Amino acid sequence: MTRLVLSGNYAQSYAARLARVQVISAYPITPQTTIVEQLAKFVSSGELPAQFIKVESEHSALQVCVSAAALGARTYTATSSQGLLLMHELLHWASGMRTPIVMGVVSRSVGPPWSLDADHTDTMSQRDTGWVQIYPESNQEVLDSVLEAFRLAEDLAIRLPVMVAEDAFYLSHTVEPVEVPSQAQVDAFLPPRVPKGTLVPGKATRLGSYVGPADYVRFRREQARAMERVPETLAAIEEDYGRRMGRTYGGLVQEYRTEGADAVLLTMGTASTTARAVVDELRSEGKRVGLARIRVFRPFPAKEVRDLASRVDRLGVMDRSWTFGQMGSAATEVAAAIQSSPRRPRLSSFLAGVGGRDVGTALLREMFRDLLSKEPSGLRWLDMDPPKEVPLHG
Amino acid sequence: MAKLTLPPVELVRSGHSACPGCGPALAMRYLLKGTGERTVVSVPASCWTIIATGYPTTALRLPMIDTPIEATGASISGLRAALDALHMSDVQVVGFAGDGGTVDIGLQSLSGMLERRTDALYVMYDNEAYMNTGIQRSGSTPEGAWTTTTPVEGMARGKGEPKKDIMGIVLAHHPVYAATLNVAYPEDFLRKAQKAASLKGPRFFHVLAPCPPGWKFASDQTVQIGRLATDTGIFPLYEVENGKLRVTRKLGQLKPVRDYIKVQGRFGHLTDAEIDTVEHEVQASWAALLQREARP
Ligand SMILES: Cc1ncc(C[n+]2csc(CCOP(=O)(O)OP(=O)(O)O)c2C)c(N)n1
Ligand SMILES: [Mg+2]
Repeated sequence: MTRLVLSGNYAQSYAARLARVQVISAYPITPQTTIVEQLAKFVSSGELPAQFIKVESEHSALQVCVSAAALGARTYTATSSQGLLLMHELLHWASGMRTPIVMGVVSRSVGPPWSLDADHTDTMSQRDTGWVQIYPESNQEVLDSVLEAFRLAEDLAIRLPVMVAEDAFYLSHTVEPVEVPSQAQVDAFLPPRVPKGTLVPGKATRLGSYVGPADYVRFRREQARAMERVPETLAAIEEDYGRRMGRTYGGLVQEYRTEGADAVLLTMGTASTTARAVVDELRSEGKRVGLARIRVFRPFPAKEVRDLASRVDRLGVMDRSWTFGQMGSAATEVAAAIQSSPRRPRLSSFLAGVGGRDVGTALLREMFRDLLSKEPSGLRWLDMDPPKEVPLHG
Repeated sequence: MAKLTLPPVELVRSGHSACPGCGPALAMRYLLKGTGERTVVSVPASCWTIIATGYPTTALRLPMIDTPIEATGASISGLRAALDALHMSDVQVVGFAGDGGTVDIGLQSLSGMLERRTDALYVMYDNEAYMNTGIQRSGSTPEGAWTTTTPVEGMARGKGEPKKDIMGIVLAHHPVYAATLNVAYPEDFLRKAQKAASLKGPRFFHVLAPCPPGWKFASDQTVQIGRLATDTGIFPLYEVENGKLRVTRKLGQLKPVRDYIKVQGRFGHLTDAEIDTVEHEVQASWAALLQREARP
């Protein structure tokens, strides 16, 4: 174990190297670029004996990974925003073929209008593609999550692709000290991939063929079952990881000071760190509030959310994207999760941090204030004030 | 007539689900006789998705991966990368794509694969339209051909634009080996397949593969019509190795293109004057080909 000062992007690259990925393929997009630049260095210097296929599009990047994984290789790619959107068809191919690809995503807003900043529209737009989605909160968690992601993806009971999504710039380009495990520690945690259901040279094997309706629904159900097994499998993987490396993140949902809370805010990604500080402030002012961070969005932690709902009266969900539904995308999932629970807390959906707007303490206080107030608030777009007046056309 | 000297190994199973007289079925059969049992095949959405049969059966005695229609070039780069990473250097990688999946929607990933110098053989079987979706025009459909999206109705005379020159596009990438092949000439086909299999680096085949339902001819005419395509000069057979072009089926006098056009329903509406225009174009392109061959 060594301590290095790493950006979230370098945490991705170091984790991929420690995982001994065999095939990497990627196409550049801001703010993902430094992930693959660093990997290119590792490969060129011989530190990482992998095939790095530099392709002409993200679409091809993911196809390279799908085909390489279909032959049994451990594969990694990384992208962001428009690049992830271009991959859309391939995201389904990857999960439908049960290829255990791990992908780093730097969560960025989607154009138009062009914008490079932190926003979850890219990953939320791909929530229905059969990928596990992990949203770390720190660079340390990025590194740890990528390593856990490989174990999870390749687990023979799972065999699903996993994306590890880090907030643009807040993580991707901000450095902090990161404990980097030794190669021996990682090798003990993450053994080489055991191929199953792969193509075998010399044998009549086939992946991706067409099926009749009866088999189609059966394959989908199997995929769904694999997703359903993720919470338990990830918990076991985390426990092992914690034993070896001394760090865990509480599985799918990480609660903070929820005991005895009247109102709990659910967040994802980096907004959670600030929200935790706000909870401390409000608690010291006597307000009974808590935080629950959704660490894994797919599979959606419905059980954990229902459990939370049985203990509090008010739930607020902060979404960092707008997906044109009834509420924010996480809020919609929470609503679906609690509708079958015996106690249904009042639910508020907050849109904040969209397009990289800063989610500061004042804004988070406003969410808690709203949650603790009497009137139900439904859906609210927060922080809509323009920065300053700009005269239009003279 | 000379006895066929094709290797007896059959890597396409007899239970495949191609139409009677299917040119693309022959293309796969001859190709795999050349590349052998240690071949991995990538097939995008096309007639071959169906010909290879559905789960739980498969028509190839080899590994085959199905991919989206536009991704063959990337897929074979990925297959080669995995084989390199897993130290399986004896395996041939083949991408087997239709004309639409190659010259139109898959052109970008083909270009990428050639530019990256992927060690793989990309085979484009050309039945000159989107056949699997029901005979719509592709960039590789010849001028004047009837398809369901280029009807012969009123003033419309079939496809209004000439066929895309995929060999020209591919050769601009300087592959180690590129050739045109015809399922109606299996010995030439096999020699090229064996040659391609002996080389390393990006290789490309443009295979003419007649389609009875799409071109509107009887299913026992595939080989006759295929031969006419070459012998009229419409689809000459040649190979380009390290930039040097060689015509592999020499023709003294070209047969009249009329012989080829008149036996296919898709050209049934063409007038004598229109056929004469085709004749002139074919004569000119054949002469240009011979000139290129003569270049040092
Ligand atoms: C992205 C996408 N668009 C359209 C299709 C529909 N599609 C399936 S097969 C096919 C025809 C392909 O034509 P070609 O490559 O010439 O092969 P052929 O069917 O003639 O064998 C098309 C358009 C698809 N599968 N994927
Ligand atoms: Mg076609």
